[in-house]
Amino acid sequence: MHENKAALHINSFKTQNPMNKRNQIWMAFRTAFPYTVPIFAGFAFLGMAYGILMNSLGFSAIYPILISLVVFAGSMEFVAANLLVGAFNPINALFLTLMVNARHLFYGISMLEKYQEAGKKKWYMIFGLCDESFAINRSIDVPNHVDKSWVMFFVTLLNHCYWVLGAALGGIFGSFIKFNTEGLDFVMTALFVVIFLDQWMKEKNHISSLIGLGASIVCLIIFGGSHFIIPTMIAILGLLTLSRKSLEKAEVKTI
Amino acid sequence: MTMGITQQIIMIAMVVLGTMLTRFVPFLVFPSGKQTPKYIQYLGKVLPPAVFGLLVVYCLKDVRLFSGSHGIAECIGVTTVVLLHIWKKNMFFSIAGGTIVYMLLVQLIF
Repeated sequence: MHENKAALHINSFKTQNPMNKRNQIWMAFRTAFPYTVPIFAGFAFLGMAYGILMNSLGFSAIYPILISLVVFAGSMEFVAANLLVGAFNPINALFLTLMVNARHLFYGISMLEKYQEAGKKKWYMIFGLCDESFAINRSIDVPNHVDKSWVMFFVTLLNHCYWVLGAALGGIFGSFIKFNTEGLDFVMTALFVVIFLDQWMKEKNHISSLIGLGASIVCLIIFGGSHFIIPTMIAILGLLTLSRKSLEKAEVKTI
Repeated sequence: MTMGITQQIIMIAMVVLGTMLTRFVPFLVFPSGKQTPKYIQYLGKVLPPAVFGLLVVYCLKDVRLFSGSHGIAECIGVTTVVLLHIWKKNMFFSIAGGTIVYMLLVQLIF
C-alpha cells in the first residue's frame, strides 16, 4: 500500500518542469544531510585511521585515496591493507573479500524494492551499499513531498565522500595528528544501536530483532570475532524461514 | 612492499570484484522487470531488524569480557545511548552523548 503511494508520487515528479526538479533534488539533499552527520564523524575518524595505517605500511597517500574510492567497504579496506603487504594470491583475496562482505547480500535483498524506483541512480546506490548507507537508507523517514530515491542517493554519495576525505586526510597528514581520538570509533556502534532501537520501538513484534541479536551473540561465542558472520547469516536465514508462517500471520493481523 | 604495481592492481581489483559481487548479486538475480519470488519478498521485509541486531554485535565483536577492562566502557557507552534515545528520541543527541561518554571513559579511566 505504502509502496504504491511512493510510486505514484515519483511519477508525478517526472511531469514537472526542470526548475521544480532542481528544487526537488536540493530538498532531497537537505533531507539527507543531517542523517549523515554521525557518519561524517565516524568515517572521518575511520578513514583517517585507514590512511594512517597505509602510510605506516609505506604506501603514499594516493593508495588510500584510490582504494577508498573504488572499494568503499570500511572493514574490508583494513583487510586489503594487509593483503597488499602479504603474498600475491588473487584467488585468496577474492574469497576473503566474499567472506568478509557476505552480509551485503542481505542488504541487497532488503533494498530490492526501495532501490528499484531509483532509475539509473540505482547502480551507484548499489555500488555504495555499505553498512552505514544500508542502515540509514533502510530506516530513514522521508517526508511525503520529498523524493525518496534522491534522498537515498545523497546519503550514499555523502557517505562515500566522507570516507574518501578521511582516507585522504589520514594518508597525507596522518603523522601530524595530535588530537586524542581514542574511542571516537564508538560513533558507529552508537549509530547502529540507535537504528536498532528505533526499529525496536516501531515494530509490532520483536521476533526478527531478537533472532538477529540472539543468533549473532551465540555465533560470536561459538566461532569467535573473525568467523562469526557467515554462521550468523545462515542461522538468521534458517530461523526467519522457520518463523515465516507466524510472522506473515502477524503481518496480516496488523493490516 | 614485495609486490609490483601490476600485482597490487590485480589484488585491489579482486577486492573490488568481491565487494561488488556481494552488493550487486541480489539486484542481478532479481531484476526489477521480473516478479521477485514471494520467499525473497518475505526476506526483504523481515531481514532488516535481524541485520541491525547483527550490526550492533558486529561492532562489539572485539570486546573482551574476561580480560582488560571487561567491556565495562562499552557497556556504559551502549547504556548511555539507549537511555538518551528513550528519553529524547533524537538520533544525533543519543549518538553524540554516548560517544562522548565512551571517549571520556577509555581516555581517562580505562
